[in-house]
Amino acid sequence: MSLLFAQLLTGLADAATLFLVASGLSLIFGVTRIVNFSHGSFYMLGAFIGYSLMQVLPGMFGFWASVLLAGVAVGLIGVIVEICVLRPIYRAPELFQLVATFGVILIIQDVALFTWGADDLLGPRAPGLTGIVRIMGEPVPKYDLALIAITPLVLFSLWYMITKTRVGILVRAATQDREMVGALGVNQAWLFTGVFFLGAMLAGLGGAIQLPKGGADLLMDFNILAAIFVVVVIGGMGSLPGAYAAAVLISVLNVYGVTYIPQSTLVLMFVVMAVVLMIKPFGLFGREEVAGEHGQVGEPERPIKPAGPRGRLMVAGLIFLLALIPLSGSNFAQILTTDIITFALFAASLHFILGLGGLVSFGHAAYFGGGAYVAALLVTHLGANMEIAFVLAPFGAALGAVMIGWLCMRRTGVYFAMLTLAFAQLIWSLVYQWDEFTGGDDGLVDIWPAAWLNGTSVYYYFTMLFGIGGILALRHVAHSPFGYALRASRDSTRQAEATGIHTKRVQWAAFSFAGAMAGLAGALFVFSKGSVFPTELEIAKSFDGLIVVFLGGVKTLSGGVVGAASLELVKDVLTRFEYWRLSLGVLIIVVVILAPNGIVGTLHKLGERLGMTGKTEDR
Amino acid sequence: MIEVDGINSYYGKAHILNDLSFSIGAGEVVSMLGRNGAGKTTTLKSIMQLIRPQSGTVSFQGREITRLAPHQVAKLGLGYVPEERRIFTDLTLMENLEVGRQPFREGAPEWTVDILFDIFPNLKERRHNRGKALSGGEQQMLTIARTLMGNPICLLLDEPSEGIAPVIVEQMVDTILNIKKQGVTVLLSEQNLHFARLVADRAIIIESGEKRFEGSFAELESQPEVMEAYLSV
Repeated sequence: MSLLFAQLLTGLADAATLFLVASGLSLIFGVTRIVNFSHGSFYMLGAFIGYSLMQVLPGMFGFWASVLLAGVAVGLIGVIVEICVLRPIYRAPELFQLVATFGVILIIQDVALFTWGADDLLGPRAPGLTGIVRIMGEPVPKYDLALIAITPLVLFSLWYMITKTRVGILVRAATQDREMVGALGVNQAWLFTGVFFLGAMLAGLGGAIQLPKGGADLLMDFNILAAIFVVVVIGGMGSLPGAYAAAVLISVLNVYGVTYIPQSTLVLMFVVMAVVLMIKPFGLFGREEVAGEHGQVGEPERPIKPAGPRGRLMVAGLIFLLALIPLSGSNFAQILTTDIITFALFAASLHFILGLGGLVSFGHAAYFGGGAYVAALLVTHLGANMEIAFVLAPFGAALGAVMIGWLCMRRTGVYFAMLTLAFAQLIWSLVYQWDEFTGGDDGLVDIWPAAWLNGTSVYYYFTMLFGIGGILALRHVAHSPFGYALRASRDSTRQAEATGIHTKRVQWAAFSFAGAMAGLAGALFVFSKGSVFPTELEIAKSFDGLIVVFLGGVKTLSGGVVGAASLELVKDVLTRFEYWRLSLGVLIIVVVILAPNGIVGTLHKLGERLGMTGKTEDR
Repeated sequence: MIEVDGINSYYGKAHILNDLSFSIGAGEVVSMLGRNGAGKTTTLKSIMQLIRPQSGTVSFQGREITRLAPHQVAKLGLGYVPEERRIFTDLTLMENLEVGRQPFREGAPEWTVDILFDIFPNLKERRHNRGKALSGGEQQMLTIARTLMGNPICLLLDEPSEGIAPVIVEQMVDTILNIKKQGVTVLLSEQNLHFARLVADRAIIIESGEKRFEGSFAELESQPEVMEAYLSV
């Protein structure tokens, strides 16, 4: 009994960090409608800056001053991000802003690497709170008690600010209708900046305050991201008490989990999330998000058209050129092109659900990596032939997509996005933690193609056949009646339903089909590399896909493919530099700001302006 | 008070306002009339800078406001009451009023919550209700009260009589006359000629984004061909 209580206290203390960071994310989303992916990076910066300050400022006063200053510093960094990166693109399609915040993640990663080095830093202990207290005979760190006391205070202050002050009223009003708030004489630009400051500061505080319990390292940003998404989804987007309750729930269960089922640690929170969503689809304290209620409906979609004769000729020409590459004899060119085609198929499958289905999946890597792992596991454990493993991989990925899709389809918009991310993390943690079956961090190796395919050029043609075949299949489906139904469901759910389309089922099928195609890409990938590691399932991989789709152009069919080719080529060049993430991050942000229609969309518009191509629509 | 000089406004590629010019004097109540889609709402939004005119200028009290942001225009003393009400449904009635609050402004009447509750007695009873719990008429009253909390010198009212019960329409007439009596200049858009005649001193008729008539209601009624051509009478 006393042990259970002590564990409860530990859980409550752990909830402090989670709550601080998640409430900031929730706050920023509430007002700006931006899912700030760089929130994990703000948290990481809070830890690093707090660490440095604690080296300089002595004693108990110095410790708490460092925590506060780290929060303020990160808040100011948030302001810089808001003004320089987000302000120019508030009018761009909503999801484009996600890509920009992803650019911010990359930049902050390299800045942190440059400033604090690659080594993990062990957090200093809090002066005056270093010992333990015995509660019912169990040792409880004093610092935990401090955290348990501080969190409700923060919750109360935030709640008071939001519900009782003029600023809070304005913030809530802006959450609903920004334009109207502006028309009533409120400078909403500064309101946004203010909210960004507060949200980033909370993340920074969270990073600094956890130092005595943990430390600072370069993986913190992605590590906390899934957890705070889970907290926000469980608690209900925009609800502060919800974020607190969810943070406590997750943290306490996690402590018990570590004690009684140690293998479950990474998986547990996703299970909790799934259960909560089954019972309360909008989270503990959340309410339904209605699309468009904030006057945020974007431009009408341009209808896509099958490629004309000229387009077909160009594609045929491109395929012909690709087929010539092995004749050059360059291994490098073949391997690079294999990678590009594989990645292009992955991106095209994501584009299929995102662009045509309007379903923003943050966890598409689950099906790419999933396909790769299905093939690798079949080969490793069952000694399956390469051919069988290759054929079964897309089905395995599709099966995963069917199950995860069924759960995620219960929600829409940003909740759907976060759910897909959370389930992708669930798959990742399963693979990462289940050493004896999946090889864990060491991955699975020796997964080579069958003898008749063993050879760079042969496998290159094999990739061309299935990779380009897959992309063409996706295009074909896009122009089929099913594709129409899918686009109708995206553009107007109600009207689609009224014409007899079961929108959820159509979207679910599309999600599963996209999963299968991503799995096919994964299978091509694993046999070309001969190995697979958990990195193929990571958030970063999903984000790569998202970036590619957005950079290529969401609203154009070829967007995913063009984006994939561009990113792979750019990465190939940039990764030769030490701080390539920084360059890539800056590049992404510049492209997002300068070419908000993506590469293909921008070329289209340029073409229209120069009179080279016909108008793609009649207005 | 307001000078609109040759403005051209677009929605995307659609040309809505075509070289529109007119002016409103201090203390006047002027009604813009015209059919659905004639450009009335776009005119009000273009004055408020919620839509940026691509050419032409809008001046308020002799100062050009065409390049300002909407909140700057509001701070100069232009109050905007949108057509679709757009109250903050998750906020209470009192909070809605708080969003509109601006400091007292020289040359404009000062409105307080108490004064507004005298004008809109129904709102007082419901002051702790959330916006979404209010009836259509109450929401319409609240949007006007909310904008008056900004102590405007001039009020832009978009279709105040639309979508509310006939009883409330009468109340609305009284309200606008009351606002006028306090010395606030009012430019409103209307489709209902009878309503416009009850509250306004002057009429401007707009069709296809162009001004087709400007003058008193007596002049308008002496030209039945104008009324027939541009109004749904």
